[in-house]
Amino acid sequence: MAGRGKLIAVIRDEDTVTGFLLGGIGELNKNRHPNFLVVEKDTTINEIEDTFRQFLNRDDIGIILINQYIAEMVRHALDAHQRSIPAVLEIPSKEHPYDAAKDSILRRARGNI
Amino acid sequence: MSGKDRIEIFPSRMAQTIMKARLKGAQTGRNLLKKKSDALTLRFRQILKKIIETKMLMGEVMREAAFSLAEAKFTAGDFSTTVIQNVNKAQVKIRAKKDNVAGVTLPVFEHYHEGTDSYELTGLARGGEQLAKLKRNYAKAVELLVELASLQTSFVTLDEAIKITNRRVNRIEHVIIPRIERTLAYIITELDEREREEFYRLKKIQEKKKILKEKSDKDLEQRRAAGEVIEPANLLAEEKDEDLLFE
Repeated sequence: MAGRGKLIAVIRDEDTVTGFLLGGIGELNKNRHPNFLVVEKDTTINEIEDTFRQFLNRDDIGIILINQYIAEMVRHALDAHQRSIPAVLEIPSKEHPYDAAKDSILRRARGNI
Repeated sequence: MSGKDRIEIFPSRMAQTIMKARLKGAQTGRNLLKKKSDALTLRFRQILKKIIETKMLMGEVMREAAFSLAEAKFTAGDFSTTVIQNVNKAQVKIRAKKDNVAGVTLPVFEHYHEGTDSYELTGLARGGEQLAKLKRNYAKAVELLVELASLQTSFVTLDEAIKITNRRVNRIEHVIIPRIERTLAYIITELDEREREEFYRLKKIQEKKKILKEKSDKDLEQRRAAGEVIEPANLLAEEKDEDLLFE
């Protein structure tokens, strides 16, 4: 179903967000809302959760990239998301290597294996 | 689920044929669905393996990209704020296409470029080469991530499809087929009983007829013995006919 393109949203720490923006995925939509969130040490969990839910509700976002340790903080919001689009991708960060046991997508289908 | 019930239908030979056909249909359907479920599960496992592989690979790609970011920062200074402020239009976007596997449509992401690089001037002062390398690394990471996202969505969609198919198979196997079988058994017993009833009725009637006939025969004998019965004229017997003049 090729149609209008969808965006890639990013919720990560400052360095990786910078890198991805240089990769060319960042955009401000009509209301000057960005499709990324820089998570620092003092960003509250509520803020992260709010932004995540906003991204989910926007229909021009196809993929959401999120660091695994940030995903841990808002695990319940991730688990509540059942649709296939937008796809939520958990990515390891520099300090925290990838842990397949915590990935909510893989965990959901674990019962099938 | 409902207990020991059967389909309400008037027991007749035609009903029996209909039920047999339905049973056959249900069994064929169940087998086909089982095959579909197996095909989907196979594809599911393949995708799962690929996802785990790709995620490991991606971990490495991200590490390398982060490393080149540190290098670029070292040479060009802190450009994070400028980059973040300068966002206006995305050059890399994704499209959702539909792929078909064993009758299940899976969404697949495809990324495409549009527009020009809005960060062309960023590294102009210092560290331009590191910045260019950084951009390339992250672009590569983005491509890999889009592929991973496609895998993940197919994974989730397949999961749903498999659950639904398995549910259907189970329903046919444990509810529909037993119900049809019970209906068939009921029809057969009813037909048998009806036949037996018919048979019994016929026998009774025959007996009654026999008794009646015996009785009327005995009556006839008695009356003949008492001389009350006059035999009607027998045309076949040769007797003298008085009306004939010349014999």
